[in-house]
Amino acid sequence: MNAIINYLKELFGGIKTLLTGMSVTGYYFVHPKAIITQQYPENRKTLKMFDRFKGEVTMPHDENNQHKCTACSICEINCPNGSIEVISKQVEKEDGKTKKELDIYKYHLDMCTFCGICIKVCPQDAIIFSQGFEHAVFNKAKLIKTLNKPGSSLKEKVKEVKEVI
Amino acid sequence: MEDLIITGPGIQDEEYIVNMGPQHPSTHGVLRLKIALKGETVERIEPHCGYIHRGIEKMCERLTYQQMIHLTDRMDYLSAHINNEAVCLLVENALQIEVPERVKYIRTILDELTRLASHELWWCAFGMDLGALTTYFYGLRDREPILDIFEETTGARLLQSFNVPGGLMNDIHPNFQKRVKEYITYFRKKLPEYDELLTGNVILQERTRDVGNLSLEDAISWGVTGPSGRASGFACDVRKHHPYSAYDKVDFNEILYTKGDSFHRYDARVREMWESLKILEQLIDNIPEGDYAVKMKPIIRLPEGEYYQRVEACRGEFGVYILSTGDKWPYRAKFRSPNFSNLSAINKMAAGFKIADLVAIGGSLDLVIPDIDR
Repeated sequence: MNAIINYLKELFGGIKTLLTGMSVTGYYFVHPKAIITQQYPENRKTLKMFDRFKGEVTMPHDENNQHKCTACSICEINCPNGSIEVISKQVEKEDGKTKKELDIYKYHLDMCTFCGICIKVCPQDAIIFSQGFEHAVFNKAKLIKTLNKPGSSLKEKVKEVKEVI
Repeated sequence: MEDLIITGPGIQDEEYIVNMGPQHPSTHGVLRLKIALKGETVERIEPHCGYIHRGIEKMCERLTYQQMIHLTDRMDYLSAHINNEAVCLLVENALQIEVPERVKYIRTILDELTRLASHELWWCAFGMDLGALTTYFYGLRDREPILDIFEETTGARLLQSFNVPGGLMNDIHPNFQKRVKEYITYFRKKLPEYDELLTGNVILQERTRDVGNLSLEDAISWGVTGPSGRASGFACDVRKHHPYSAYDKVDFNEILYTKGDSFHRYDARVREMWESLKILEQLIDNIPEGDYAVKMKPIIRLPEGEYYQRVEACRGEFGVYILSTGDKWPYRAKFRSPNFSNLSAINKMAAGFKIADLVAIGGSLDLVIPDIDR
């Protein structure tokens, strides 16, 4: 007799626990507003990443096609995976002096681990992280990017207060 | 056709070797378990590691201490922030730098958020291992706001690399405190759902109670730490016994069980989430003003000697050992990863149980494979 009572106890106890769980899922079934699924990629236009999001390294240029990079290579030295290559050239100025200038700023997106050290160590704040995150391409060569735009030059140094986002 | 069926005396007694993994959904990664079966019962297990060995320890020998940090993310990716902190604490202790109180508080808050996110992911994956697909969506739903908090402050959702020797990369975002407070009230309402959905569920109870028992002696001798060790009664919480950062300022309980079966390992983690919420509540309103980092030299050289620093990661005790010769990179770096030790005890736990129970045992250990292989 005891065995039967125990069996029934276990049976109904088990069903009760299942119903407890079902009540939770049932609540969300009748409350569709509690669902938080994002409809990506349909919401691409309204999707906004956070300001600090580490998408990819970019070099901002102003309206005169000028950047702030002095080709000091500090970012290249500090990069743990060698994803930055700073190629500089010697340019002769009007007064006869030669000066080092940025030729090509090569950025290997395929090797980057987004640790953010390059941006932290840059003394000129010449590079920043952009918010783009869709990096898929068909050809791997497209992941090697040149960050300085063609024909760009170095911006004259203006003292600015470093702004922390 | 009948000739092909091998019969004869002794054939039932022979061992049968089965490979579980490296491609198996319930090993959560490329872990290969070579299982010797007798019938359906597990005789012994041989874990084969190294499928995603990347040589992180060797790589660290040619990286400066700032650069090393981003590699520690990639070991236990679910406790990335805590691993970062271990290296930073080691460098700070070796150079005897006192970081500002603000840094300590923010680090501790981010640690606990990491722990919550990790346990939520583990909870939903554990449910799915045992066939409860619903839990997966509930766990991920609650993890999402934490990842948003990380993204807003640190810039990354999973591998944050937010700690630097001497402090943090950035100050916290102005929204940080508000968002964390919102999350605490939100999650306090949602956490009881975890118990209703899974903890009390008769299927989970039947499949985990008295399955994969690990005694206290075995837990200590195999070095099983974290919630898995505490389920066996091994008081090994580094936060409690050797507090670092701001853990000495908060009041929380160390969750201890005695039986050490899969259910207690499960329950230890769920109870730990409540404790994490308690820690967060105590800290979030009291973040002191101050700098977010100490000015450090661009090239850090540790004095000659050996250093060890341990922290409580989500899965157990994470340790960093560094042998320095006074150079700008370590002569030898060694990481004590909790998952490796936890996995080593699986033979003790699973022997004598059915092969289906192995999924429950492996799930309750909460293994992260990149941490095992490094």
